[in-house]
Amino acid sequence: MKISFPHMGYSYIAFKWLVENMGHECIIPPEPSKKTLDLGVRYAPEFACIPFKMLLGTYLEVAEKGAEVILTSGGMGPCRAGLYWVMHQYLLDELNTGIKVVAFEPPLCDLRDFLKKLHWIRKTGGLSLKAFIQVLRITWEKIKAIDEVEMYSHEIRPYEINRGDTTRSLWRALDMLDVANNEMEIKMALQEGIKLLQQIPQDKSRNPLKIGIIGEIYVVLEPAANHYIQIMLGEMGVQTDRSIYLTAYTRKNTIVNLEGDIFSVAKPYLAEAPIGGHGVNSIGETLLYAKHGFDGVVQLAPFACIPEIVAKSILPAISRDHGIPVLTLFIDEQTGKAGVQTRLEAFVDLLEKRRQYKATHKNARLVV
Amino acid sequence: MSKIGIPRTLAYFIYFPFWKTFFEALGQEVVVSPPTTREIMDIGVREAVNDACIPIKLYHGHVAYLADKVDYIFCPRLVSVRKHGDFGTETFCPKFLGLPDMVRLALNNLPEIIDERVDLKKGKDELLKVCARVGETLGQSGTEIKRAFKQAMKVDGRFKQLLYQNYTPVEAMAMIFDQQEHIPPPRQETDLKIAVVGYPYAIYDAYINAGILKLLQKEKVRVYTQDMLSDKTMNRQARTLPKSMFWYFSNRAVYGALHFMQEKGIDGIIHITAFACGPDSIVDRLLEIESRRRNHIPYLAIAVDEHTGEAGIRTRVEAFLDMLRFRRDKA
Ligand code: SF4
Ligand code: SF4
Repeated sequence: MKISFPHMGYSYIAFKWLVENMGHECIIPPEPSKKTLDLGVRYAPEFACIPFKMLLGTYLEVAEKGAEVILTSGGMGPCRAGLYWVMHQYLLDELNTGIKVVAFEPPLCDLRDFLKKLHWIRKTGGLSLKAFIQVLRITWEKIKAIDEVEMYSHEIRPYEINRGDTTRSLWRALDMLDVANNEMEIKMALQEGIKLLQQIPQDKSRNPLKIGIIGEIYVVLEPAANHYIQIMLGEMGVQTDRSIYLTAYTRKNTIVNLEGDIFSVAKPYLAEAPIGGHGVNSIGETLLYAKHGFDGVVQLAPFACIPEIVAKSILPAISRDHGIPVLTLFIDEQTGKAGVQTRLEAFVDLLEKRRQYKATHKNARLVV
Repeated sequence: MSKIGIPRTLAYFIYFPFWKTFFEALGQEVVVSPPTTREIMDIGVREAVNDACIPIKLYHGHVAYLADKVDYIFCPRLVSVRKHGDFGTETFCPKFLGLPDMVRLALNNLPEIIDERVDLKKGKDELLKVCARVGETLGQSGTEIKRAFKQAMKVDGRFKQLLYQNYTPVEAMAMIFDQQEHIPPPRQETDLKIAVVGYPYAIYDAYINAGILKLLQKEKVRVYTQDMLSDKTMNRQARTLPKSMFWYFSNRAVYGALHFMQEKGIDGIIHITAFACGPDSIVDRLLEIESRRRNHIPYLAIAVDEHTGEAGIRTRVEAFLDMLRFRRDKA
């Protein structure tokens, strides 16, 4: 079968490997572009969220290239994401694409359905159960390695001396991971990749601002949707941290995982969880970034994203109580790169000034 | 005795008879905000987070209206009212889930908020437990609470009976509370039959939809809404969908619409939706496609927001009615 899937950041490298090694043909989803968005906007309901539109656009693009099946995730609510596949299927049918969307619902909700679909994929690909499990294992290792190099790139980018070095090395590291075919090769590619990044000429005397990135998963994970915000900030000399990675919940080293249950962190401000998407996380993470001395937080949200609107209505109170500035960027089809850049520059400027003020303020007190 | 304020929007249209009876049986005074006015909307638009949908902004307006007139604002956190949906996880729109927190942080000088969590999917006795907690907040004893609960259940039963007899919630409440023994069905002469579906707070708030129900009545249209259908009738539709919605009010609108699509004699469907409503981006397109696939029944969606003008709505509704009449006369 010709199989495709949603494009989310660099994860396609691992999913491509997965599809091919399950014995299917992979139609690699292209990075979302203006064309993707235009297609999505044309056929999606007007008030569908941006991720819905971009995914629809992606599906229509891979349909053109002959995809027959889309593999994606389902969900149990409370937000719209778990219904994406339903509406996508309706729309793809209306347009006679012949594509079938196969959504994996959370196994905890419907284990039988989950296993049935897995079985179907495996059988049609002609893999033994043992080989199939091995393929899944390697895919997972690949995703972890991809997340690892990306995470590291955001850490060092603000120190790079030659602008663009980090991003170039990141791409080379990803290319190496792309061709790795087993756990050993992945491990080596990862080591090589990290080394490449370490070798970039850096100015370690800098003391970059630290900004936490929070918000809705798709626009956080897909650089093409958020105008490469982390790269943009990195090249402005800002260190960014985000908690959303596909492999985030297995990580011990992220700030969010250090602090235990994010829902209980958020509770003083939002006494209900979950509320869908990453709404509660956005609140909890802002509190954690404040606690860990970050200079500011950027909230990324699709326009009209329900949980992020709830979060946004609560963030000013956190900002006030904990002295951490928050910039909300709502992303819709009109959002342009230049606009995002201008707003980020102004925000970074503000954070610089705050830092300076704080420093002199402290000194002043010391003198007295 | 305390004064308890209930905003006349959102879930008001389904739970007011229950809670009014409950509170009054406990000897409390219930103050309800008036039907939405221009002022209420303006306050809501000003105070609520500006990316919110109009119903949520209106809710802020109603709360602000009540704030200095009552001792408590009744703003329960509606998490679920039944076990339903493909995974039994039906809930409410995320904005309902965060409502008490949003209101509390957006508005100043609020009295105490009764934000009891209502999660009825957990079991049969949940509602009584919710009532017990609410009653305790007000310093009531267990026996008083039980008695009030029983009374409230009775009135709620009567309310539902009236709905099933094709009265709207507003009419049914008037009959129950304003001693209007009988509202004579004003629609003897019926030219068209139309199902109006959508969220109760969009359908029955005459301000936000520019009086669409009245307009239809004037045009001799017999109006049916999803609230006039029993749960059993509606839930039959769940099986005809790939997956149910996650949200109570959305499921009701969808099931209701699907039911009416197959009902003989229904000439058309009007879906009233809130501008930029998240769940409705799915609900509306789904209904549009299904109305075409099932039965080719004419379908009109009307999105309301703070700028909805009466003239605009009237023109669109009248054009729709003309089309329906033309279609009928041709047949
Ligand atoms: S979380 Fe936001 S973007 Fe995701 S489905 Fe919900 S509204 Fe859409
Ligand atoms: S369902 Fe729609 S109209 Fe109702 S609160 Fe949610 S977003 Fe607003």
